[in-house]
Amino acid sequence: MKDSPGNGASRRLHGVGIGGASVAGPVALMGVPEPPPGPLTPPAGPPAEEAERALAALRLVAAELGRRAELAGGEAAEVLEAQVLMAQDPMLAEAVTARTAVGVAAGRAVFEAFGVFRAQLAGAGEYLAARVADLDDLAARAVAAAAGRPMPGVPVRDEPFVLVAHDLAPADTALLDLQKVLALVTEQGGPTSHTAILARARGIPAVVGVAGALELTEDELLLVDASEGAVYVAPTDEFVASAREREAARREAAALATAGTEPIRTPDGREVKLLANIGGAVDVADALAAGAEGVGLFRTEVLYLGAHEPPSYEDQLTAYRAVFEGFAGMTVIARTLDAGADKPLPFLPLGEEPNPSLGVRGIRAFRDAGHEHLLETQLAAMAAAAEGTGVDLWVMAPMIADAEEARWFAAKAREAGIAKVGVMIEVPAAALCAREILAEVDFASIGTNDLTQYTMAADRLVGALGGLQDAGHPAVLKLIAMTAYAGAELGKPVGVCGEAAGDPRLAAELIRLGVTSLSMAPAALAEVRAALR
Amino acid sequence: MQRTVTVASRVGLHARPAAVFVKAASAASLPVTIAKEGKDPVSARSILAVLGLDVRGGEDVVLEAEGDGADEILERLADLLTEDLEG
Repeated sequence: MKDSPGNGASRRLHGVGIGGASVAGPVALMGVPEPPPGPLTPPAGPPAEEAERALAALRLVAAELGRRAELAGGEAAEVLEAQVLMAQDPMLAEAVTARTAVGVAAGRAVFEAFGVFRAQLAGAGEYLAARVADLDDLAARAVAAAAGRPMPGVPVRDEPFVLVAHDLAPADTALLDLQKVLALVTEQGGPTSHTAILARARGIPAVVGVAGALELTEDELLLVDASEGAVYVAPTDEFVASAREREAARREAAALATAGTEPIRTPDGREVKLLANIGGAVDVADALAAGAEGVGLFRTEVLYLGAHEPPSYEDQLTAYRAVFEGFAGMTVIARTLDAGADKPLPFLPLGEEPNPSLGVRGIRAFRDAGHEHLLETQLAAMAAAAEGTGVDLWVMAPMIADAEEARWFAAKAREAGIAKVGVMIEVPAAALCAREILAEVDFASIGTNDLTQYTMAADRLVGALGGLQDAGHPAVLKLIAMTAYAGAELGKPVGVCGEAAGDPRLAAELIRLGVTSLSMAPAALAEVRAALR
Repeated sequence: MQRTVTVASRVGLHARPAAVFVKAASAASLPVTIAKEGKDPVSARSILAVLGLDVRGGEDVVLEAEGDGADEILERLADLLTEDLEG
């Protein structure tokens, strides 16, 4: 949709704004894969020239990806280095020159040669599916290079730019130099698209789902206003200047709003911390912007999901440190890996269970000797990652049922050098014996989702039982009260980190029962804070 | 000269282990082929051909090279396959 922008710009495009900032900069279009040359494309020169053009394209692709591998580092670099090997593959070159020799045009020869190997890899099934995607990416690049056009992919520029794309895939964003990206504008995508998530996490203004974005021209000046969800094309100098003034005022107001988030106090003077639930470093910016006073639940599973091998000590160290550094001077409560038959991990085979929610899940999965080392590695990585970051690290285990399990976990965690050790209270038995359990550890955090499902014997996923899945049910509140009371008696913090903590109607009730902190999705913080004032 | 080796990497000769193996084979002074038992050999210097073999962890492969130093080259490549290349 386009409409008249008044006198400030030549036209205005609309989309969904992510963030509230506005910024001006030149368009950099993300290269778009073009259809491959057809089988009858006439060659531009004799076979020897076509062969050289095709092989030069492959060398160009290898050089470009090699350069990107150096910039990327980590796992992204390994994928890119494997692609470089593919582009340099001697059999690929043979397949290309066999075709140019019989009069096939360079671009078509490249396309057909990749096709031969693509068919082989695709035939090998799921193991090689990702390599097939890598090969397709390579083929698109090489075909563009053979035609003398820019390769598809994220632009690499010296000056800051507004990235305009169809939509961004995770692979694109891994390669994107975000220092240079002023704003993101995409033709497709909504508020939960990968582009939007990236924009929020990195604090880059974005407007997604902008019809007509791909018709913008390279280097055209844009004013991107995320708060309005608007993209102004060719704005006047006056218009850009007034937008800058409004942006400065907005930043000042935002700074004041954050400064105003002083801690919540109960009438009897207890301080209640409002914390964030996060899954990794991508959530840090959101949590801090929303005024979180720390992290009440760092779900470490994200790093493990879909992994066929447990993440290495080093990978964990890096991932945890990225989170801890964001919360220097604050508390971060990290939960050890929470897996089960209902959320399986390929490297932690737990077998089929008739009733997964009552099966080997949470801490139970690590109590057999074969898997104990996974927990030990995670605890060691957490302790090491916290060092020197200034974070106050607390670590807790999920699905603790009794004091013996709490004692076992506490010993493991302390041995790994964790100073503050706690447990999740989500099994009714644990709430009933909270005093005995808290005697073994330093704190507890109540997971109201599972506590409610187990207390009411109502599966979280069964819609027909919705009426019973209420954390505000008196039976659940009694268990929460018992746990909070035990904590008060022993002088140990008891927080809530389930959905109930982020429910403005329940938050005050939980605090009245003696809960010392509430941890919730960053987006819920403002509303809960307002409800508690 | 031939050698039969059991691939140790649990992910098989895919992804990183394949890249490490092909790089080593490309650096060798003699051409080397790799085959699954009973199948046609392919060049060990071709990542695409090696991936196309779809070798799984625990499967046997046959390495072959002819000429001066073939023994050491096969030895070195066999060592790579019998250690866990996922590192």
